[in-house]
Amino acid sequence: MEIEKYSEICAGTDPNVALTEGAEIEALKNASATTVISDPDQWLDEEIKRNVFLTTFDWVIDWARRSSLWPVVCFPACCAFEFIATAGPRYDISRFGMEIMRASPRQSDLMITAGTLTWKMAPQVKRIYDQMAEPKWVIAMGTCACSGGIFSNSYSVVPGYNHIIPVDVYIPGCPPRPESLIHGIQMLQEKIARERVNIKIPSLKEG
Amino acid sequence: MTVALSSREVAANIKSKFPDMTLEVTDQAVIVQSKDLPAVADYLKNSPEMDLSYLTDITAVDYYHYFEVVYRLNSINKNTSLVLKCRCYNRENPEIPSLTSLWRGADFMEREIFDLMGIRFTGHYNLQRLVLWEGFNGYPLRKDYL
Repeated sequence: MEIEKYSEICAGTDPNVALTEGAEIEALKNASATTVISDPDQWLDEEIKRNVFLTTFDWVIDWARRSSLWPVVCFPACCAFEFIATAGPRYDISRFGMEIMRASPRQSDLMITAGTLTWKMAPQVKRIYDQMAEPKWVIAMGTCACSGGIFSNSYSVVPGYNHIIPVDVYIPGCPPRPESLIHGIQMLQEKIARERVNIKIPSLKEG
Repeated sequence: MTVALSSREVAANIKSKFPDMTLEVTDQAVIVQSKDLPAVADYLKNSPEMDLSYLTDITAVDYYHYFEVVYRLNSINKNTSLVLKCRCYNRENPEIPSLTSLWRGADFMEREIFDLMGIRFTGHYNLQRLVLWEGFNGYPLRKDYL
């Protein structure tokens, strides 16, 4: 339908086209005789200059990823209370864009493993990690999560989360203070900022 | 405040009810033989003078040459409590009668003791592992477990 309309418009000949076109060209010639349009930098509005900037894909994607880390609920033991304190109004991790706790691992990027992990619980934690969508990161919060802590020789405790899932940042402490947790999250954000996003951008030469 | 019943008085009651039963008694607890445990527990739960109808806790202790299973009984109506114990001298294959037919709440506690201490509760309807996983070797709460 669209094509038919277009061809109709093109087919109909306007006898005045030649006349209007001539007038337009004459107007342009007259105008250019008096003024030459200067470099856009000299007349572009300040507002536009402030709102348009150039960057790389890597930077933008890393910025988006590190600024909206959504943690999944994985709180097997007592470090969870320190995390709750961190999420509360006094320390307030929502300042860092990661206040939204997700009960579903499919909606989250970050696993803050707050607490002792028993072997009985390990398959479930691994399953939650496997269900998280890429890209995903893990922060081992507390001594138990780093190394098993005082329970590391126990028959029932996993000696560190890195025995079952890859860990990006380790935060020691029993439990770590909220400041430590926030510092660990900031270290993770720095780590994400260094990442190269693997997107293949077609170059002009190949085109 | 819950009143702890005198174990010696309770033992005298049990003795008068079951004259040919041998039982030990300490200041804290009544200790019965494992073959007498169901009859004594039934008496403590159902007789109107004792009325210890609420089983608070079951736990087990390893004393190297015997295991001791500890039952903490409470009476809701009389607000009294009693500690009942039962010893098991066979370390290789320890067995004690189950009390799940009297108290349904004994189910998980007996399974936990079976899992961690290795004491079999005969007559339990579903004696399976509770907190450890299938294939785990040994009984972690025993003193000789390393």
